Amino acid sequence: MTGDRLLGLLLVFAPLSLLSFGGGQAIIADMQHQTVDIHHWMSGPQFVDLFALSRAAPGPSTLIAALIGWQVAGFFGAVAATIAIYVPSSLAVYAAVRWWHASKDSPWRAVLQRGLAPVAVGLIFAGAVAVLQAAHVNALQIFTTVIVAGLLISTRIGVYTIMAVAALGFALLQLV
Amino acid sequence: MLNLDRKPRRGRGMESKQLLQKPRVPLLDLLNVFFWVGITSFGGSTAAWLYREIVERNGWLDEDGFVTALTLSQALPGANPVNLAIYVGSQLRGGVGGAVAAFGMIGPAFCIILVLGYVYTQFGASPTVHAMLGGLAAVGVGMTLSVGVKLARHIRKPIPIVIGGTVFVTVGVLHWPMVPIVLVLAPLSIALERLTGWKKRL
Repeated sequence: MTGDRLLGLLLVFAPLSLLSFGGGQAIIADMQHQTVDIHHWMSGPQFVDLFALSRAAPGPSTLIAALIGWQVAGFFGAVAATIAIYVPSSLAVYAAVRWWHASKDSPWRAVLQRGLAPVAVGLIFAGAVAVLQAAHVNALQIFTTVIVAGLLISTRIGVYTIMAVAALGFALLQLV
Repeated sequence: MLNLDRKPRRGRGMESKQLLQKPRVPLLDLLNVFFWVGITSFGGSTAAWLYREIVERNGWLDEDGFVTALTLSQALPGANPVNLAIYVGSQLRGGVGGAVAAFGMIGPAFCIILVLGYVYTQFGASPTVHAMLGGLAAVGVGMTLSVGVKLARHIRKPIPIVIGGTVFVTVGVLHWPMVPIVLVLAPLSIALERLTGWKKRL
């Protein structure tokens, strides 16, 4: 049973690793779909809680894989998910960096960069929508999301400050 | 992730001189730098932290080298800060350097997030904790949106806009499986760039 779950984690995250163009945001939509809708490892709101934790924690945001693995199969689940999410992409990156240094003048460099950019951007927005849908968000959360995006685009307010204010604000509103 | 507008422009001459001397960077130094960046930075600010450590404090890359590394890290699959660590580590110390830098970036942060995960399993049922996480999730989505908007600003031509829009609608709205969509649209997008943009840019 545990072995099945570990294998399941590897099979979900290793392909996602190779498809996470533009970083962890790009695969959030599919991660949510697979863990909640297909494998029923957790509920939608649980997934959103883990997403929030991974965003509040230091380090790369793809560590949400470790949290999902932990929920699914304990410590070894976390290790398996983390290996699956990082090793395939890291090997690809290592190969690409070697190629990149070996072919300094190739016009393919610019073509690849510009060709992958719109796919990455489309996936990033899809990820934002997936989390909003999984969260069964209320109007206040949508309002917060828009305000935060605006603040981060147009000002230099630190993200930790915004997170602290939002966490406290939501906790207080819940108590009232 | 795209905090390049913050970068100061000092100290450039010194770094290129250091690069010419090609110092052999100790693996421990690599581990040390990425360890600290891994546990003190997160999401939106990682690039800014790495810039400070790699370019300003250690002179491992000059500014242009850093921008190239960052762009490549974003274009390739994988978490951007981890990719950047592999880029820098492997440039300085080959495959072992890349592995050490990536481990420094992931290992300690992995431990921290497990502690947070444990706390969540103990207190996750509390409505107050759930409300706080609801607020943090809203901030997290806002962060995602802001990164998307910053990157989308660079996409101005009709074909890339259509491709980006198609990806968003099929994956985000219609919930089609992502893997086949990326496997079809990414090569298509690259091929179209190759056909339309190559000669103009050369």
